[in-house]
Amino acid sequence: MTGLPAPSPQRRLLPVLGQIALGLGTLAITLLGLLLITFVIARIVPTDPVLSIVGERATPAQIAAIREKLGLDLPLWQQFLIYVRDAVQGDLGRSIRTGQSVTAEIARYFPATLELATLGTIFGTLVGVPAGVLAATRPGSIADQIVRVVGLMGYSMPVFWLGLIGLLVFYGQLDWVAGPGRLDPVYDMMMQFTLTSYTGMILVDAALNGAWDVFANAVSHIVLPAGLLGYVSMAYISRMTRSFMMNELGQEYITTARVKGMPEWRVIWVHAMKNVAVPLITVIALSYAYLLEGSVLTETIFAWPGLGSYITDALFAADMPAVLGGTVVVGVAFVTLNMASDILYRLVDPRARA
Amino acid sequence: MQPKHGFGRAAALAALMVGSAPIALVAATPADTLVVADAIDDIVSIDPHEAFEFSGVDLNNNLYDTLIELDPTKPGELVPGLAESWAVADDGVTYTFKVKSGITFSSGNPVTAEDAAMSLRRVVKLNKTPAFILTQFGLTAENVDEMITFEGDTVTLKTDKAYAPSFVYNCLTAGVANIVDMRTVMANEVEGDMGNAWLKANSAGTGAYVLRSFKPNSGYVLEAREGHWRGDAKIKNIFMQHIPEGATQRLLLEKGDIDIARELTPTDIEGLTGNADITVQNDVGGQIYYLALNQKKPELANPKVQEAMRWAVDYAGMTDSILKGQWVVHQAFLPQGFLGALTETPYGLDIAKAKALLEESGVPLPLNVSLTVRNNPERLDIATSLQNTFAQAGINLVLDVGDGAQVLDKYRARQHDITIQTWGPDYPDPHTNASTFAMNPDNSDEAGATGYLAWRTAWEPGELHAMTEAAVVEKDTETRKAMYEDIQRRHRDGSAFVLMFQQARQDAMRANVTGFYAGGATDSASYWTVTK
Repeated sequence: MTGLPAPSPQRRLLPVLGQIALGLGTLAITLLGLLLITFVIARIVPTDPVLSIVGERATPAQIAAIREKLGLDLPLWQQFLIYVRDAVQGDLGRSIRTGQSVTAEIARYFPATLELATLGTIFGTLVGVPAGVLAATRPGSIADQIVRVVGLMGYSMPVFWLGLIGLLVFYGQLDWVAGPGRLDPVYDMMMQFTLTSYTGMILVDAALNGAWDVFANAVSHIVLPAGLLGYVSMAYISRMTRSFMMNELGQEYITTARVKGMPEWRVIWVHAMKNVAVPLITVIALSYAYLLEGSVLTETIFAWPGLGSYITDALFAADMPAVLGGTVVVGVAFVTLNMASDILYRLVDPRARA
Repeated sequence: MQPKHGFGRAAALAALMVGSAPIALVAATPADTLVVADAIDDIVSIDPHEAFEFSGVDLNNNLYDTLIELDPTKPGELVPGLAESWAVADDGVTYTFKVKSGITFSSGNPVTAEDAAMSLRRVVKLNKTPAFILTQFGLTAENVDEMITFEGDTVTLKTDKAYAPSFVYNCLTAGVANIVDMRTVMANEVEGDMGNAWLKANSAGTGAYVLRSFKPNSGYVLEAREGHWRGDAKIKNIFMQHIPEGATQRLLLEKGDIDIARELTPTDIEGLTGNADITVQNDVGGQIYYLALNQKKPELANPKVQEAMRWAVDYAGMTDSILKGQWVVHQAFLPQGFLGALTETPYGLDIAKAKALLEESGVPLPLNVSLTVRNNPERLDIATSLQNTFAQAGINLVLDVGDGAQVLDKYRARQHDITIQTWGPDYPDPHTNASTFAMNPDNSDEAGATGYLAWRTAWEPGELHAMTEAAVVEKDTETRKAMYEDIQRRHRDGSAFVLMFQQARQDAMRANVTGFYAGGATDSASYWTVTK
């Protein structure tokens, strides 16, 4: 008896490539829609961005000159087309407030958020998944109750309060971690003036420079805000893991595996987890995307120069190029993570490849 | 140097999760570095000829110098800056400044009269927002090359008419009159911007410090120059961190991770009381809180109603509670520290008097008006207090809340009834506030004279307009002072404004920090005087 030939690597790859192409198309359409909506909202808001540049002392002539320079005197559709044309070329315009290139500014703020969100997500996943599994395998037990209560606290407590309490306890009282900011002044100056910046992510740059004292200082600064964000995402991930896992553990194939005498850890972590992983990927990706938006309150309390505070400050100053630029980056992050989770989903779940 | 916060502490936090013992380390800022926390997101530009926000002007005060300066140790007194002497000719319009020799810019280029003249011309030609401080002397892009000239070590400035010399000199101490290294700046010119883009990230001055880095909304680093003409600054580096949250600043200060906290709330300041490691330095700022009553609304143009409102504000109640330490009662348009500033505060909360005045006014009571206010906690607190006391007198205030730009738009479009506003002086001369509070050349809507607060609230200042014009050309400084006192009293008692408070400033610092000067109402922060 001859078996069916195994699918060639190309045949396995093609659906993934198609998915990527589809994803890119979705990305383009999503971003265009996102831009259009944000652009229109930005223009119908009854605030004058020019006033925030020139200040309230400016003469009408100075205001008119700036308005013309910024192209705000053109029809709305023309402004939108110009914006999209430049955005496609990587030029997100100039911040009205600072006069700097929005692309350059985001390139400075985004790595700070990326660093924080990535560590937060890693922490949330490493703690959240085992906690969820633990709760699912012992429903109603003390362990389940603890996971539930801790998760509930993560959901319900305001993040700024948790942040302030965290700072007071771990920095103010116990002196275990460094305070707000990304580095102590000495290391910040070292990072700025003597080391090379490759990515804008201090942990990565310090490691690439071999500056381990800077790296250690950066770790001591990031551990608390990342832990805080990780806690919030852990609360979500652990609840979802518990729910997915309980659902899987009730399936017949699990009973079969147990009847066959398979060790319990193997039943849970290999067989059940394989199926739990599919929806869990989406949960983790969404939680990561949420953190990539930048958490304004966490950033404010920890004086973390990230994307959240950048967009918020820009909003308050009616600095629409900066708001639009930030929104585009968040949009790209969301769609990219969605695409990535879809691809992972297909790699993990054979049915989705069919 | 050892890491102040190292991997040990991070590991200890991880250890906390499993219940291990902590490692405690002592925090302190480096001895040669002053670490300052402030909210610096107001900065639009740090080009000295464009900067017009508090944080940017504070920064530039340490990077650049003007020809004449205000002495940080003797507020209000003019002292030589880059000019060793100055004089005005008998014609009253020709001013000469002799530039000191032997001073260099941070590039090493010597400071010349040409740099000084070209810098002042650059202000006029760039015509950024603060340019009016110089263009009000009749300087335009077309005539400035003839009006500001140089020869040898002397700069000559001509004005279009004979102003009070103190007015001209005071304006030349403002940040916009900073002298820049024109050779360096013009070498970095792009598309005819006179080095504007370059100066947004670099400095080219004679100040005690040089800009090493500037990251908008994040912070900046300054490095002291060696062999500075004023004597070397004691602190080698200034490290400014943008920390918007007061509670965070307080925590950092208590831990010794910053040396100065400049954005603390009254609650934070109160929390620091009794801490022997911290001192709180009180100063005044130049901002004035006031109400503007739109004269297009007939009831608000009634003098009795205006007077009633002056008696219906709980001045002391607010400065003793919601505004404690941040604002003091002040009832005139010139802040303390200015020539001619008044110290008297004749109005206090008197509901009975306010009620009686409203009865006399003949307007139908209760009077219903809106109060346009920014959605900022402090302003909303003031609005709530006003709502309460005005209601007791017979005026119902309906709050009309918007963000800063919306409220400003409405005020400039004369669409408010009453609005709560602040105003800060643009340069350290009384004319700065007198010209906007007490002058209004054309009150018509078409004039669009938004630069005049009197116009914004549709108020005709009458004789005060001419009195202010006379004060700005009065040569005798004592007479000039008396003129402003008179203008302010008349304005206080008979205008469309209710003047309420002057800004107080509280900077908290580690006890070992001395010599920090916040700048008062007329100057900016000086770091070169600090020791620790």
